[in-house]
Amino acid sequence: MANQTDLFAKTRSAGLIVFVAVSLGLVLLLITQIGSQTIWSEDARNFAGQPRLWPAIGLAVMAFGFGLHLLRMRHRRPNRLDWMEARRWLEPAEYAGWFMIYVFTVPIIGFLPMSITFACALVWRLGYRGKPPFILAAIFAVATAILFKTLLSVNIPGGQIYRFLPGELRSFFLTYL
Amino acid sequence: MEIIAEALVVLGRWDVMLALLAGAIGGVAIGSIPGVGPAVAIAILLPATFSMDPIVGLTLLLGIYGSSMYGGAIPAILINTPGTAVNALTTYDGFPMTLRGEGRRALSIAYSASFVGGIVSVLCLIFLSPVLARVAPMFGSREIFLAAFLGVILVVVAHRGQMLIAAALVGFGIFVNTVGLEPVAYTRRYTFEQSWLAGGIDLIVVVLGLFALSQAFLLLTMDDEKIRLPRSRGSLFQGFRELTRHPRVASISSGFGVLMGMIPGVGEFTAQFMSYTSARKLSKTPEAFGHGSSEGLIASETANNAVPAAAMIPLLALGIPGEALTAMMLSVFYVHNVVPGPGLFQQQMDFVVALYLALLILNVIVVLFLLISTGWLVHLTRIPNRFLGMCILLLSFVGVYSIRNSAVDCAIAAVFGLIGFVLKRLNLPIVPIVLGMVLGGIMEVKLRSAMARVRTPWEFIDRPIAFLLFCVIIVIVLATLWRVWREWRPVDRKSLRRKSSEAFARRIGGRTERHFTDRKKTQRRRRTYDHLGS
Repeated sequence: MANQTDLFAKTRSAGLIVFVAVSLGLVLLLITQIGSQTIWSEDARNFAGQPRLWPAIGLAVMAFGFGLHLLRMRHRRPNRLDWMEARRWLEPAEYAGWFMIYVFTVPIIGFLPMSITFACALVWRLGYRGKPPFILAAIFAVATAILFKTLLSVNIPGGQIYRFLPGELRSFFLTYL
Repeated sequence: MEIIAEALVVLGRWDVMLALLAGAIGGVAIGSIPGVGPAVAIAILLPATFSMDPIVGLTLLLGIYGSSMYGGAIPAILINTPGTAVNALTTYDGFPMTLRGEGRRALSIAYSASFVGGIVSVLCLIFLSPVLARVAPMFGSREIFLAAFLGVILVVVAHRGQMLIAAALVGFGIFVNTVGLEPVAYTRRYTFEQSWLAGGIDLIVVVLGLFALSQAFLLLTMDDEKIRLPRSRGSLFQGFRELTRHPRVASISSGFGVLMGMIPGVGEFTAQFMSYTSARKLSKTPEAFGHGSSEGLIASETANNAVPAAAMIPLLALGIPGEALTAMMLSVFYVHNVVPGPGLFQQQMDFVVALYLALLILNVIVVLFLLISTGWLVHLTRIPNRFLGMCILLLSFVGVYSIRNSAVDCAIAAVFGLIGFVLKRLNLPIVPIVLGMVLGGIMEVKLRSAMARVRTPWEFIDRPIAFLLFCVIIVIVLATLWRVWREWRPVDRKSLRRKSSEAFARRIGGRTERHFTDRKKTQRRRRTYDHLGS
């Protein structure tokens, strides 16, 4: 039976102290920079018009929240599980790298060819083998390109290699794929 | 009547109807895939809607928002995994019914309850419109500042057990919103002499990073699960008959949904919880709740579907989004130069009524679609996690890159994706960051314009609505501080008498048995609710 505690999400404890401590450290670093990164305007009509006010409020609230949380955890020291969890946070950095490679190659190779290459390469990296996952990945990439670029005309530039295509095919690829 | 006729003309356009249909079907499909959710879908589609007519873009997004919870009930009931985060309580009574072989009955009850919640909510919105049109102009800069401030406080208070972190994350959102050129004196704030930071950090880039990319990273680093779909019997029309036997539960739950949806920063979780607990209290069979009670299922599904339409009230009337999804929709308004707020009701009432009617039609389309397509929609739950992660990563690129073809935006989104990943791993909320960004921006602008006309602090709250909002803020802050103080009192501060009385109560209460019950509850909670789907 659902009771009050069922509704409210429970924070995972492993890694929390590392997260709170690192966040608080970054906040304190930003606070030390407030003098050089914002100005105190003499021309401002009142306190609410000061350019420094809202960054200061944001940083103060962050420092308050993280600081008080760390104070509550003052008897806890980071253990092996905390560091294991912190190492897991680095795992998606690889996929962020994949994402950025995709971003840089689309304007060169083109949205449709790069999407097919990206989807199939990532599926291979994820450990899928055999034809069906690759076919599905390629179909998904083609469907995405057609839906967004051809039908919805979203703002994605045509690939530089399309310029080597002959005549009307070139303008078709540059506009729709 | 004239306005309704004008709104119907707007809705009769082929592109609006197509957007409604695509939003309804797409939303149901997205909701039925655990690990995607409406936030991811709306974040990805946002830039694509910028090139559309405002009514078309908003209808598409509203369609996804309003229909995803219908779809989210399917995996919640059949495989005990909520399709969207707000279907968490549906698992409590839906899955036990599936285990009894009554999965189709549970789905039918969920659809009918959702339909009632959605329709009641839209009707409330329609009947409240004249009142809103009259009240909204009374909101000046001070009142909007106080309403946004109330929203910030409620976002923090609503995250019970995580209030400090929620406050810190709201602060982070406020801070991120201030980065770049300040709009009045054009001075730079926290740009570190980098030209790419001078334009500020775009809300949509942050939203795409926090919701879409983080979810992709999470799925890509997960293992694939083997999903076994259980057999079930019963008719999909059975639930509509059954719902008529519990009109009180449905009406009370709709009421909670509408009320909680209207209050900024509260949202579906609180609405569901309150309607579920009240339904249990009023039920003749409270012991059945959590073991496959149809009343429990009605309470949770009615409440969560009543929220989307109600959440449009603060957005349309005041320009204040109550939660992350309406915050995303706010950017669609801004892109098309449609300023939500008091002026919208006076100048573009046909636009507002068209949105209401779109929501009304949406609920009918969704139920009809579900009645004929549930059979194949359940197979969407079988898509492997990592393959889904690849799909979301590819779609996220479309979302971020199409805003202004900027690799810097993509890099910023990737960084926020990593931040979102860490927050999701720790089961910490993401919504406070987005609301901090949006409400922080509103508060900055409104406070500046309000203070230009105020000489003494009392003048700030000397108007009736401002005074009322101020009193509500004070009451909520004091009540929260009082509750936190009572809950935080360390054990060693308790008196010896209280400690010994507690020890005695534990001894006579049969500790072993209670411990066993508690453990069962903990395991179940972990399985059914967290922020991973948010």
